[in-house]
Amino acid sequence: MNLRRDVFQAIADPTRRAILLLVASQSMTAGAIASNFDTARPTVSKHLQILTECELLEQTQNGREVYYHFNPNKMKEVADFIEPFRKMWDDRFNKIEDIMKKYKSK
Amino acid sequence: MERKTKIDAENGRQELEITREFDLPLELLFKAYIEPEIIEQWMGTKVLKFDCQKHGSYQLETTDPKGNKHGFNGVIHEFVPNKKISRTFEMENTPFGIQLEIYEFEELTEETSRLKMHVIYESVEQRDQVLKLPFAMGINMAHNRIEEIVRQLK
Repeated sequence: MNLRRDVFQAIADPTRRAILLLVASQSMTAGAIASNFDTARPTVSKHLQILTECELLEQTQNGREVYYHFNPNKMKEVADFIEPFRKMWDDRFNKIEDIMKKYKSK
Repeated sequence: MERKTKIDAENGRQELEITREFDLPLELLFKAYIEPEIIEQWMGTKVLKFDCQKHGSYQLETTDPKGNKHGFNGVIHEFVPNKKISRTFEMENTPFGIQLEIYEFEELTEETSRLKMHVIYESVEQRDQVLKLPFAMGINMAHNRIEEIVRQLK
């Protein structure tokens, strides 16, 4: 499993989350994104690269400029990823409830 | 749909919290965690050893459909009847390390109770891997070893 490039690692970083929030409202160039941060430009580029590799951001070429867009479908995947884990525990707890209710009536 | 089980897993942290309210009196909920024959029923595992007291330890074992055996074990650090269990938990022969589990049992009414599980992993990466296991199973039906273990846990 390559953790460096997966969505969950990508959103674990506060700067990258800030970038996603910024780009969610409108697509922007790397320069426009970088101007919102005190961080060095190459650092922002690195963050953009990671977000693009894990498909949270998409790029489109407009003349000489590259614009970054937010990919809501990928984000939805992230929002849902805990649900199967929750469901697994919920099922397990339901089982405890069933077993113990029977136990009680014995 | 009512969501009885709540997961709190903040990004970038090596811990998570699982909270659940039960339609069970506190004593019965607690019993489900300390009686080996009841644990066998809801966890679907065989209990090889279960010495539930401070410095005590436990050993569980499951057999997957292919007949492979998977072991789990841990040590009890705190045991306060109807209130608290602190213990370690390890899935043997997996990369998930050893986790610290703090169970807090609480009476809500005479007929209802709440369990709060605080689980601490060795690293953020390990926590995220454990969190993602059921998710990964849903999207990837590949039959690797870890998935078999998780299926047994269900």
